[in-house]
Amino acid sequence: MMVKSPFFSGLRSNIFAGFVVSLIALPLALGLAVASGFPMVAGVITAVVGGVLVSVFGGSHVTITGPGYGLVVVLLSAVAVLGDGDMQAGYLYALSAVILSGVLLLLFGFLRFGALSDFFPASAIQGMLSAIGVTLLLKQFYVMLGDMKTKGTVIELLTGVPELLKSLLLASSGQLYAVSIGVISLMIMFFYSKITNRFFRLIPAPMWVILVALGFDVYFSLVGVENPINKKLLVSLPNDMLTSVPVPDFSKWKEPVFWGIVLSVTLVSSVESLLSIKAVDKLDPEKRRSNINKDMRALGIATIVSGFLGGMNVGTVISRSSVNVNNQATNRSSNFFHAVFLLLFVIVFQEQLGKIPFTSLAAILVYTGYKLAAPAIFVRMYQIGKEQLFIFLTTLIATLLTDLISGILIGVLATFVVHVVLNKAFWLFSRNLLKPNVLMYKESETQSYYVGVIHFCTFLNFYKLKVKLDMIPQTEKVVVDFSLCSFVDHTVQESLNNYEELFVRKGGVVEIIGLDVHQADSSHPFAVRTLRPMQKFRVFGRGKTRRQLQLEALAKQKGWSYQPSPKTKERLLRDHLGYETTSVERVYNKLSSANNEVSLFDIKYSEGVFIAKESVHTTLMCVCLKTPAPVFSFDREMLLEKLSLLAGFHDIDFPDYPTFSDEFFVRGNDPEKVRAFFTSELISFFSAYGFYHIMCNGKELIVRQFLRPATPAEAAAIIEFGLDLKKKIDG
Amino acid sequence: MYKNEYNTVLVGVAFSPNLQANVFEALRMSALFNASLVMVHVGEKKDSKEAMLQKIIADFPGSTPEYTVLWKAGHPVEVLLRACEDEKADILILGALKREGLLKYYIGSVARKLTRKCHCDVLLLIKPSVERMPCSYAVVNGLAHEKTEKAIARAFYVLDSLGATRLTIVEEIPEDDVAIKVDDDRGLRKSTIVKERIKMREDSRVKKILMHIPEKLKHTINYDVQHIFGRRGYSIGHFARVKRADLLIMNAPSKLTLLDRLFPHDLEYILSDLPTDVLIVR
Repeated sequence: MMVKSPFFSGLRSNIFAGFVVSLIALPLALGLAVASGFPMVAGVITAVVGGVLVSVFGGSHVTITGPGYGLVVVLLSAVAVLGDGDMQAGYLYALSAVILSGVLLLLFGFLRFGALSDFFPASAIQGMLSAIGVTLLLKQFYVMLGDMKTKGTVIELLTGVPELLKSLLLASSGQLYAVSIGVISLMIMFFYSKITNRFFRLIPAPMWVILVALGFDVYFSLVGVENPINKKLLVSLPNDMLTSVPVPDFSKWKEPVFWGIVLSVTLVSSVESLLSIKAVDKLDPEKRRSNINKDMRALGIATIVSGFLGGMNVGTVISRSSVNVNNQATNRSSNFFHAVFLLLFVIVFQEQLGKIPFTSLAAILVYTGYKLAAPAIFVRMYQIGKEQLFIFLTTLIATLLTDLISGILIGVLATFVVHVVLNKAFWLFSRNLLKPNVLMYKESETQSYYVGVIHFCTFLNFYKLKVKLDMIPQTEKVVVDFSLCSFVDHTVQESLNNYEELFVRKGGVVEIIGLDVHQADSSHPFAVRTLRPMQKFRVFGRGKTRRQLQLEALAKQKGWSYQPSPKTKERLLRDHLGYETTSVERVYNKLSSANNEVSLFDIKYSEGVFIAKESVHTTLMCVCLKTPAPVFSFDREMLLEKLSLLAGFHDIDFPDYPTFSDEFFVRGNDPEKVRAFFTSELISFFSAYGFYHIMCNGKELIVRQFLRPATPAEAAAIIEFGLDLKKKIDG
Repeated sequence: MYKNEYNTVLVGVAFSPNLQANVFEALRMSALFNASLVMVHVGEKKDSKEAMLQKIIADFPGSTPEYTVLWKAGHPVEVLLRACEDEKADILILGALKREGLLKYYIGSVARKLTRKCHCDVLLLIKPSVERMPCSYAVVNGLAHEKTEKAIARAFYVLDSLGATRLTIVEEIPEDDVAIKVDDDRGLRKSTIVKERIKMREDSRVKKILMHIPEKLKHTINYDVQHIFGRRGYSIGHFARVKRADLLIMNAPSKLTLLDRLFPHDLEYILSDLPTDVLIVR
């Protein structure tokens, strides 16, 4: 009997997904190649080589590879700078740069640089991508309006726009036809998502753009008139495009400019690919984790081959990959089939492709550029925080004014300066940068992983935390504790949010605690959070953390009130057993029942002035009792043994319940009363919930689980326990 | 029964605002260990100073142990080292400094040198206090090292003397031991299996060590074992901080070379940022 392998059973859907992706990939490949100053066929070569090689050697599962958006800007300037005006010579020089960047990528893969993109602040990367978007948008805007010879900086392009529009008035009809097709294409790109017609949506937007252009041509041939579009504005494919291979020219290798270009190409291509791989992993219906380093090696190999064949850098591309996932692709074979279909299209429809005007391809890229630099991105940056907007804009402007490498470096520097200014302390970073700062272990009580971070946690040292998180199976429960950490930046929080999503998808949980006391300047949950030691109590108005939002939801569900702001004067602990020597710094995140009989709150206290300990940060539940109870304490690990200092406290044995006596420590000043109080029902109840520590001063019970703040789920469990206990005692 | 492991406690006294606290801590420790105390002052003997010291000792509320006071001139490090040898001290008590305005403790250069060169155990107190702060929970390292057995045995003895009741033996397993880089799910599965195996191996090693601990001690002190995969010497300090241990007990490293100081490891992480009181066992 034949064993059915998942590869063959999934083959049909993968072929289909590959087909759909190739419909989008074709126009993009053509457009991106032209925009990069490469011959049109280079884009197809890139996608075909990438599809074939990465599907064989790659380490990801449902990604699609091909020419990326980010590269367009870098490669275009490479062709211009290296060729010094001569596009053909520049192309051959640029090919050698592509090949060398492939070698670098391969090397990065072997050196396990897969975490490279984690070393850049999220806002700076966003700034760089938006700068690429702005450049792409402007350059292609010119092409869309029929001006093929665009050159100059972004500023020059921007100031030239009125001139460009004026020149349209004098344009020939051949150009105007092309421009109108371009504008129609742009409208299709923009309004495609608004149209809900089922048949219209069968074909992806970029393909519609091609179809409109071809339809235009067909119309004229049916009418019997020659296509009125200026021949110069029509795509031309060489007849021998699949047989003639350009020879890369390495003769510029001595020039530093050349290596600068190699570096920028590598940087952009790897950052774009890495971000895409990460994003696609979140889409994978089978929830697999990509082997990023292996994928990088595959991309390197594919780039080298693509370069020798006259193609561009092979990268992982997000939009094509997400289409791939949406069409039920299950493995890398869909990437392979996308390449096959692409090749077929180009061979079969070679003649028809020659009827497409540049303007419609440019329209696709104008839209892409707009997406990378959309106003929504600026707004989002502002919402996260003014300082993030500052970093974003600094990187954006610096990249536009200089080049990609300098731009991103300035962005990194700006981020660091912002962090120093926010903390008003350089030493926090200088002193602790190289020190290890992450602790991870499995809590024996709850079997969940505890990850503690001290000092600070920013893009500078996030990899230390990342390494630990990567080692935890994503089906497990993880508690990330920042209570000893003075500063947590936006990059870290966004990455942690990624981890939360990945864990949730596989049935695990990542919960973040200890961030609630940190100060945030905006209401965004990912805003940077600093702990300012000398600060007076902060009134939490805006900027609730995710934990606070979850606690609020918990309160609502119970019909309780929720008070996030801290209160300094908290009566209950002052006169409470065991907490007599404590001085309470703050009580916050307080959930209390309608009659105020039961409450749960986070608390920060230090154990008396003379004791050197750092203050304790934990979650307590307080239950008021109606029935008078004896003074006692209960716990398993003798965490409360400081009580032994208080006079007259004895370890109380229960002769009738030897296992209970052995396992738990019950103390009180009146053994008889305590023994009478602990009925058999109560004893079995306590045994079942032995991980709680309970203290009673006769009127109130204080329940605690950990010496750290509880996660929302743990808080809910404590509340249930406290309510049950109250029911058991009060009846 | 086990024998008294600490017979002589040595403490350096300087006439600083902390004097009373330091002396009280030393007296208290000596009484708890049932040992005699040697107080060494580096500098000239002056009547006023001696009277001050006597007054402080007279104020000590508990029973005063047997003690001697030595007045010696010279370089603090050398004097104290020599005194340790001459007096056959078993344990040297040192106080740590607090970083200005921050809840961070580190030890000064003199104490650091002493910690490195001393041949007896060293107890570093992060904040000596006049009143007694009970020690109830300690963390001891359980790493694979020839001295670990002694450190664990010493931990049980010290905890018993101090009246502490809870001990966690922390096994720090360097991540390099796992030797599998986690790239994808397969790598993760492999590394999880390897970790389980290492854990079991380490468990049996610690169990063997624990077999030599007297039953009586094992009964009074509640102990458990915690595995941490992380940087050696660092993780245990962070763990002690998170768990709010009162005392951290560590092996002294085998040998410190210049390289060890340039590339901090093991003890150095803890010395530069003391999480709690630290006892270094030789």
